[in-house]
Amino acid sequence: MADEHAILWFETCRSEHSPRVGGKCASLGELIHAGIRVPPGFAVTTDAYYDFLVETGLRDPICKVLQKTSSGACVDEVGQEVRRMIHATAIPGPVENAIRLAYRELCDRSGGGDLPVAVRSSATLEDLADASFAGLQDTYLWVVGEDAVVDKVRACWASLFTDRVIAYREEKGFSHENVRISVGIQKMANARSSGVLFTLNPINGDRSKVAINAAWGFGEGVVSGDITPDDFLVDKVTFDVIRRNVVPKPEAYLLVSSEEGVQVRAVPEPDREKASITDEEIRELTELARRIEKHYGRPMDVEWAVDEDLPFPDSIVILQARPETVWSRKQTKAVTDKPKTAMESIIGGLMAGVKVNFENKCAST
Amino acid sequence: MADSSGFPKPHDVEQIPGTEGWERMYPYYYRFTTDDPKRKAYEESMFWFYDGLHYPEPIYPFDIIWDEAWFLALSQYNTRIFMVPPALGVDHRIINGRIYISPVPVANPEDIPQRVEWFMERAGYYYQNWDELYAKWETKMSQVIKDLDELDIPELPEMEDVSVVFDAVGKSSGYELLKAYDRLIQLGILAWQYHFEFLNLGYAAYVTLLDFCQKAFPDIPLQRVTQMVSGIDVILYQPDEELKRLARLACELGIEDQILADKSVDELFAELKQSNDGRIWEQRFEKAKYPWFYISTGTGWFHHDSSWLDELEIPLASIRLYIQKIKKGDSIDRPLGELKRERDRIITEYRALLATDEDRQTFDNLVGTAQRVFPYVESHLFYVEHWFHSIFWNKMREVSRRFVKAGFWPDVEDIWLLNRHEIKQAMWDLVTSWATGTEPMGNLHWGPEIAWRKGVMEKFKQWNALPAVGTPPETITEPFTIVLWGITNDSLAAWAKGKDGDGSKLTGFAGSPGVVEGTVRVCRTVADISTLQDGDVLVCPTTSPSWAPAFTKIKAAVTDVGGIMCHAAIVCREYGLPAVVGTGTGTQTFQSGQRVRVDGNTGTIELIEEA
Repeated sequence: MADEHAILWFETCRSEHSPRVGGKCASLGELIHAGIRVPPGFAVTTDAYYDFLVETGLRDPICKVLQKTSSGACVDEVGQEVRRMIHATAIPGPVENAIRLAYRELCDRSGGGDLPVAVRSSATLEDLADASFAGLQDTYLWVVGEDAVVDKVRACWASLFTDRVIAYREEKGFSHENVRISVGIQKMANARSSGVLFTLNPINGDRSKVAINAAWGFGEGVVSGDITPDDFLVDKVTFDVIRRNVVPKPEAYLLVSSEEGVQVRAVPEPDREKASITDEEIRELTELARRIEKHYGRPMDVEWAVDEDLPFPDSIVILQARPETVWSRKQTKAVTDKPKTAMESIIGGLMAGVKVNFENKCAST
Repeated sequence: MADSSGFPKPHDVEQIPGTEGWERMYPYYYRFTTDDPKRKAYEESMFWFYDGLHYPEPIYPFDIIWDEAWFLALSQYNTRIFMVPPALGVDHRIINGRIYISPVPVANPEDIPQRVEWFMERAGYYYQNWDELYAKWETKMSQVIKDLDELDIPELPEMEDVSVVFDAVGKSSGYELLKAYDRLIQLGILAWQYHFEFLNLGYAAYVTLLDFCQKAFPDIPLQRVTQMVSGIDVILYQPDEELKRLARLACELGIEDQILADKSVDELFAELKQSNDGRIWEQRFEKAKYPWFYISTGTGWFHHDSSWLDELEIPLASIRLYIQKIKKGDSIDRPLGELKRERDRIITEYRALLATDEDRQTFDNLVGTAQRVFPYVESHLFYVEHWFHSIFWNKMREVSRRFVKAGFWPDVEDIWLLNRHEIKQAMWDLVTSWATGTEPMGNLHWGPEIAWRKGVMEKFKQWNALPAVGTPPETITEPFTIVLWGITNDSLAAWAKGKDGDGSKLTGFAGSPGVVEGTVRVCRTVADISTLQDGDVLVCPTTSPSWAPAFTKIKAAVTDVGGIMCHAAIVCREYGLPAVVGTGTGTQTFQSGQRVRVDGNTGTIELIEEA
């Protein structure tokens, strides 16, 4: 198998690898280990990125440019300068070869031919439960061919230095120098529908529910919030669909062509008003949500897709899972402050009922 | 307030032309009155809702006996026996043949602390000794049924038997007939005393668990809480099990085709007697009848609800359906182990999701108590509404035959147009004229009255009953009212707004979760279930255990009558079929052949496509 210095296959990634492969890739490894269906792929490690900086001699010049921000230089210009430097520098031979080799192996594993992949940044800070750093770095969909993959890996590295990310690090007090990045290369699911789910009800923190947002095509619109998704609330214990809110979905992120990749396009008329996932898919997603939550032992936030090239239930794949950040920090509210006998509860219930009644009566007389 | 709420005052409801004087058909205390300012003010201040759950149709004068029986029984247990802290009884009135009820709260909040103490002592005793007291209940109830079964309604002879003289009996058949009628009524009232002995406490425990679960898991479907506590081996399933057993036996004996062949019950049994295997099967059939065929084809609340014993065609039709299933290779067994495992899984998983150990301990206590009390909530129906009532209606028909013989009215079924107090008077007319050797006044009085009442009942049926009258309270929290009738602020708001008028959407109680689309099949009586096709949506007035075979064919059920505890809801939950119950007008709104979407989570049925 490939050089484990620069490349780690998802199935070998675990939580403890997250300093080297980032939160996203580590969690994909965890999911595979938990028996969850995840499209295959590998991580380009932070060591590969480090080698790139050190062996090409880019590290010091980048630091110098970045220091300009503290002396008042415009973040836009600084970021642009750093990104230009990264893009202009060739990746050291051993690292580039490792990426190419791994990509070819991924193609072979998936039946040969150039495989469309998603190239995603997997930052080492990104997925901490208390830092909503998600989605600040670049993701490239439908990348096809070795050269393109190598190019997008470098683009992901450069995305550490967009204005937004630089500003975010400064705001949070994270150092620019120590930041590491890993890049995940993952077989592209040919997403008929996709979306996100929470393993609790994000409205009230109810742990017995799974909240599913779903839309046609690729999930980028649901994740970024620029597409209003169908919304389903499912009981985690009984699989009852408690609420189903199917909305008109005039647009979707769809694959236009291999060259043009994934873009926002109009949804064909008959599909707009239809639910973007079936009841059996809802059930399977709920089942997966249960297993993912059980594996991590905490509420999770999950990205998923329905691959139209695969038969159900293999069609349902998980693209990412990370700890849910809002309710995880709150104490779940208990119903009672002390254990009660049935009799105490019954009387309590009867009395609570009447209190409201009498207050109203008093108010109206 | 009454004006802004959208509910009319009870005294303002208009008479239906041609029914003037209808009040005399019912006991006087069921009338709304304007005669006394104090009573009128009380009636206006209360909120009266139409009990369509129990009475989808106008009530016949005799059938009001069960309304009176529960008026007394439910109320006494709240108010005078267990001293439910905030709630007194449930008051009753009639408008245009429809029963309106109103839960009465404890008027003075200062009385409540004392009632809490009493309730803890009294209700506490029942909860603590539930199993032992329930065993006693079964004994008491069985005795009432036995007494009823053995009750003889004597004939009035031309001349008393000479034994009356030789044994120095000292009383006549006339006296015995009066006594038998009194005894019959007494037994009925007694059965209903027992009916409520455990019911209020059973509901209280259930409501408390429900409330706890809804606080912990805000969107938890009500039906799932019920599933946590429902009995799996309860008596209500037994009649259907007997039919399945008979179907299996027929297949084992190899006489299944003989039973399937299109012939009447009498023809079939005549034929079965010819063979040894046939006789074996017939014996088993006879054995299963008592008590398991005392199953009403309706709710058992009305004189027209006949039982399997009255119409053997019905259980036979079910046996035939089961035989067909067996022949197709389908299983007709209830997966008991699976049902129990699923119930336990649901409890365990919800429990694990609770926030604290304190919550888990409280939950355990509540589930334990609710599970202990719940078999009663389900089983009392078999004893009272099915078994007792099925015998009772036929005893009343015996009573009516005495009147028919004396020329009071021509048809045995006419007796239902008299209330039980009037029958007592008529009985005196009957026995005194028999004793005297004169003609009773009976037919002179009752002939025209019965004819008029039949007309009134027809007019009542045309009336679109108002969902409620009077003054709604800001909040209704009386637990029995909520569980039994589904009365909540939401349902009130829906009533005040009125029904969705275009007949394309109907709302009821969410009886069993799930959403399906399918073709409507309206079955007005259990005899119609033979018309069901696989995958139909059953739309019917109500169901009882005699409808059981229908549930193996259908995709969803919709009933006019019933709450979340009703038979259709219980069975659908078990079969995993969506159900919307208590829609009020499902059988009127939808027609066979239409395509509908049944949403058992929200309790709605929507028309998708005309037939």
